[in-house]
Amino acid sequence: MTGDELRQIAENETARRRRCKHRVGVCMAAGCQSLGAERVKAALESEAQSAGRGSEVEVHGTGCLGLCHAGTMVSVESASPDGTPARKLYERVDALGAAELVSHLVAGGPEPADRRVPADSPFLAKQTRIVLSGSGEIDPERIESCIASGAYSALERALSEMTPAEVIQEITASGLRGRGGGGYPTGLKWATVAKAAGARKYVICNGDEGDPGAFMDRSVLEGDPHRVLEGMALAAYAVGATSGYIYVRAEYPLAVKRLRTAIQEAEKLHLLGNRIFDSAFDFRIDVRIGAGAFVCGEETALIASVEGKRGAPRPRPPYPAASGLWGMPTLINNVETYANVPAVLTRGASWFSSIGTQKSKGTKVFALAGKIRNTGLIEVPMGITLREIVFDVGGGIPGGKKFKAAQTGGPSGGCIPAHLLDLPVDYDSLLSVGTMMGSGGLIVIDETSCMVDVARFFMEFCRDESCGKCVPCRTGTVQMHRILERITRGEGRPEDLTRLEELAELMGATSLCGLGQGAPSPVLSTMRWFRDEYEAHVKEGRCPAGSCTMKAPAVARPAGREVRA
Amino acid sequence: MTVKTLTVNGQAVTAREDETLLDVCRDHDVPLPTLCHLDGLGDVGACRLCVVEVKGSRKLLAACVTRAEEGMEVTTTSERLQRYRRQIVELLFAERNHVCAICTANGACELQKVAQAVGMDSVRFEYQHPMTAMDVSHPRFILDQGRCILCTRCVRVCDEIEGAHTWDLAGRGVHTRVITDLAQPWGKAESCTSCGKCVNVCPTGALFEKSTAATGMEKRRDFLTYIRNAREKKQWIR
Repeated sequence: MTGDELRQIAENETARRRRCKHRVGVCMAAGCQSLGAERVKAALESEAQSAGRGSEVEVHGTGCLGLCHAGTMVSVESASPDGTPARKLYERVDALGAAELVSHLVAGGPEPADRRVPADSPFLAKQTRIVLSGSGEIDPERIESCIASGAYSALERALSEMTPAEVIQEITASGLRGRGGGGYPTGLKWATVAKAAGARKYVICNGDEGDPGAFMDRSVLEGDPHRVLEGMALAAYAVGATSGYIYVRAEYPLAVKRLRTAIQEAEKLHLLGNRIFDSAFDFRIDVRIGAGAFVCGEETALIASVEGKRGAPRPRPPYPAASGLWGMPTLINNVETYANVPAVLTRGASWFSSIGTQKSKGTKVFALAGKIRNTGLIEVPMGITLREIVFDVGGGIPGGKKFKAAQTGGPSGGCIPAHLLDLPVDYDSLLSVGTMMGSGGLIVIDETSCMVDVARFFMEFCRDESCGKCVPCRTGTVQMHRILERITRGEGRPEDLTRLEELAELMGATSLCGLGQGAPSPVLSTMRWFRDEYEAHVKEGRCPAGSCTMKAPAVARPAGREVRA
Repeated sequence: MTVKTLTVNGQAVTAREDETLLDVCRDHDVPLPTLCHLDGLGDVGACRLCVVEVKGSRKLLAACVTRAEEGMEVTTTSERLQRYRRQIVELLFAERNHVCAICTANGACELQKVAQAVGMDSVRFEYQHPMTAMDVSHPRFILDQGRCILCTRCVRVCDEIEGAHTWDLAGRGVHTRVITDLAQPWGKAESCTSCGKCVNVCPTGALFEKSTAATGMEKRRDFLTYIRNAREKKQWIR
């Protein structure tokens, strides 16, 4: 494969696209598939065929289009007189919708306007799509389609025009930070691995996304696997690695299937393997499948799991950059981090760093879940306010309910209360209010949810997912969960809040890995902003949100105090 | 050999190359409680009792897995460290069924000794009283899961010293259990050589010899020094 051959593939594909008047992309991500996207795709194809216009309409599968609650999503790219394709988005497309849509496209029938997502809707207007830019445009199961949209061109350019040090320089200059949660500067991490001495080096992609309500990495892997592979190859070139692993959880069978297809196709075209683009650079990628342990998202546990060992973390240092997989220097980044890399190299560090805030550059993909109208996947510039995310992009709270808080950072994060809605969403602002960016799960909580119960839920999750290696996490989560559970049952004791704080401090300070250190965060955060709810449970035996089933007090409370069961 | 200088609790001390902070503390008679650590076995940093403060580090570091570095300023005795250690021991006592009065290790138990050392006079956490099993299928030894603190010394000695790797862990979180072979009864574990090393390194009464079930148990660990000297220094003498 040479650069010219790559461009030839892209040109052929573009020419093929031009022959069709309309390219119809049906979302084939997990959400829409479960709503029958396969049937919609088949319906669109057969409608076009039976109208005798099969050659004018190309129907293809594509990545997540964002509005997961309104599936099946369909994107239509129509050739316009000036040559630039115009893109329209349709939601809730079923078999009937497919018929209407095809009749509109090929026979001049009325547009199914009620299914149309207006181009100026805040859901679309406030997003900036870098990582998700291919979703809607490409067919993730056909490498040619991805190449036509620019896949592997950054790798080609880097291999022919840049030294590994220049690649790292570009990443450093872009200000890209790790998207897995911690926000460690990516360029710095790459430079450390590049400098580390070792007989072999490895590049690992962490796709063990496990936060409740999070599906960003899943969508990226399902919707644009080549973007991640290319990012990994660029990283490998930069740090001097020759083999890589993508660690994906077994709960993502579609992502695993698409990755395997993508790796096979890339190898067939010699975009992975030996002598990539006729350079001296060799790089192979293998898929490793997780066995269902949340803790394997922790880098040392993940590495142990790749090695075939029990997925338990080990103390750092040594960091993986010095001694990782099989004791060799290892670069480990999150899916979304790698997915940003090709864009940074194609469009330049200064373009990337022009998006976002002073210290948080670029965009962040969020999975919106919970009590929000537009449940789905979004990509927004760093520094956007939480209010814009929830009320503009997210469409607000359904049923006229009031916004209470948003949980970010999953079980290691915390909540952001309503009075901080205008907080800019970036790494440092979130840390300053006691939560963190995390991998991008954003769960919206309305007034009908009890914050003690939210804390209890996350503690239960950590209790079940603790690996059991270190004492504070293994037993601390059990103790904290017991107390929280007791409080939500209306059997809280006056000393419980102090005990919770005491355990939270212990676990945060002494646990071996991030799981245990972060597990108390949701409790501390809800206690910080919603202490009155805790106190109402413990002192008055009532749940202000009315969601906990409180036990009737055994002893009559002092007269004059209101008791609501 | 390079010698490093650092301070522990304000006292200037020296460390040899590759020594951990725990080694340094032991060399200089600075008391530091440990449970998962055992001289002669690889360290895992799991019990978190030996955590220390190192100036410049935001996080507490487990002394057993932290290399001594030139110029480090280490604190082992701060108020919060002592509080954390006591809490960790309390959490261990609350986790399973540690009833000293009926335990074969009573008086020779490291958990008991550590509890005394950290000044634990009561357990303020709720006892979990889990239903735990005993494995009496081995002809000579007994495993009582109720007394296990998951220090994994048995796992490590069996793997690193005996080379049998009979022991391993199954389950996760609070449901983690030490197992023999693929969770077979110990007596049916074909890889077990019945060497008894696991029994002797166990810090509590979780592993004990059948004959000592009712009396005070003595754990013999000189074999670890002997094997380590033989392997590392080629001294094949007891």
